[in-house]
Amino acid sequence: MTPSLALNLALALLLLGMAGWAVLVRSTQAAVIGFMVFGLLLTLAWARLDGLDVALTEAAIGGGLTGFLLLGAAVRLRSVEHRATLQAPGLATRILAALAAGSVTLLLAFAVLTLPSPAPSLAPAVAENIAMTQVGNPVTAVLLAFRALDTLLETLVLVLAMLGIWSLADDRVWGGRPGFAIAHDASGILHYAARILVPIGVVIGGYIFWIGADDPGGKFQGATLLAAMWLLLVLAGLRDAPRVSSQALRLWVVLGPLVFISVGLLGSWLAGSFLGYPQGYAKLMIVTVELALLPSLTLILGLLIMGAPKREIGR
Amino acid sequence: MNTATLFGLCASMLIGLGLYGLLTHPHPLRKILALNVIGSGIFLLFGAIAFRGAAAGMNADPVPQALLITGIVVAFSASALAVALLLRLFEVTGDVSLANEDPAAHKDTSKDRPHD
Repeated sequence: MTPSLALNLALALLLLGMAGWAVLVRSTQAAVIGFMVFGLLLTLAWARLDGLDVALTEAAIGGGLTGFLLLGAAVRLRSVEHRATLQAPGLATRILAALAAGSVTLLLAFAVLTLPSPAPSLAPAVAENIAMTQVGNPVTAVLLAFRALDTLLETLVLVLAMLGIWSLADDRVWGGRPGFAIAHDASGILHYAARILVPIGVVIGGYIFWIGADDPGGKFQGATLLAAMWLLLVLAGLRDAPRVSSQALRLWVVLGPLVFISVGLLGSWLAGSFLGYPQGYAKLMIVTVELALLPSLTLILGLLIMGAPKREIGR
Repeated sequence: MNTATLFGLCASMLIGLGLYGLLTHPHPLRKILALNVIGSGIFLLFGAIAFRGAAAGMNADPVPQALLITGIVVAFSASALAVALLLRLFEVTGDVSLANEDPAAHKDTSKDRPHD
């Protein structure tokens, strides 16, 4: 067995073990922590599969932000955990569920083992056309040039999810601040960590954003890191969560999508198709879109974690 | 066994594990977590397929990789909305049960009298 295969095999076994723990363990909090470890292991798997851009996204969003979101909810729901487990299904249901899940796995495994060879690939098409986009990272070229429409719709999905969460607020607190705040403690370790970590995190976030044009990185990974730094500031009590009725906040949130749509419309005027880039100006337009998206994505990702408004305006 | 096949098979098992959790867990938060395990499995499967598409000097096909980044972000926003809905349910009803009847009451009645 080669060292590379041994490493992959160990990684796959660890992934299955952690996923099994996250699904089967009794305590919800233990399950969520298992899921966060699973996310980190998955990041290594992405590195083994030569998907460094995906690895960064998985580390930041898949494991990091999702884990944080679930952990917060698990703590808040601790009081009803016992009641929820009373409804556990009987043995027959479990066996049926295991049979269903097992057959799905078998079907997928069969599909994996019978994938066509040689594998179909769009890599040659990307290699042929990447020069037109003037960016060096093929994943960024796909995200912002070849499949820019997907990325536009994705940012709209983020805005919609945020609006959905805001609309879950009670009528009395509509427009107020999310209930995401911790008592201010100027001598606490969190306060200290926030003051030390946030400047470093902001620099790293900006760097990951900027190198995305030519190396693994980009706006989603950078924005996630910036959002995490913002959440840390709020958690440490250094800044309060924003009022969701704030005009400035709403303006920054829609800035990215608006610029993206405007650049798309400009494309249909100058290059003959929506989101088309005129010859020689691709990099300029891509950087414009990315710069406008960065603050919007940072705010939206942070607000998705903070949840629905809980406190009245003025409090 | 090559890297793509190994992680492809691993992904198939992850999807099965997540599906089992989704079907059997009564706690909605555990269902959201299980859905995320299924999602990670699907992403990994897609990533293994992207790895097979290495060509033209690239180590993997960049098109599925870009779609994966989109997918991970969309999955996160769906989870965030689901968690917010769940917390709102808890706030309004004081419980997170998805059942039509109260589990505690059901347990008591089943103890008191036999089923019809």
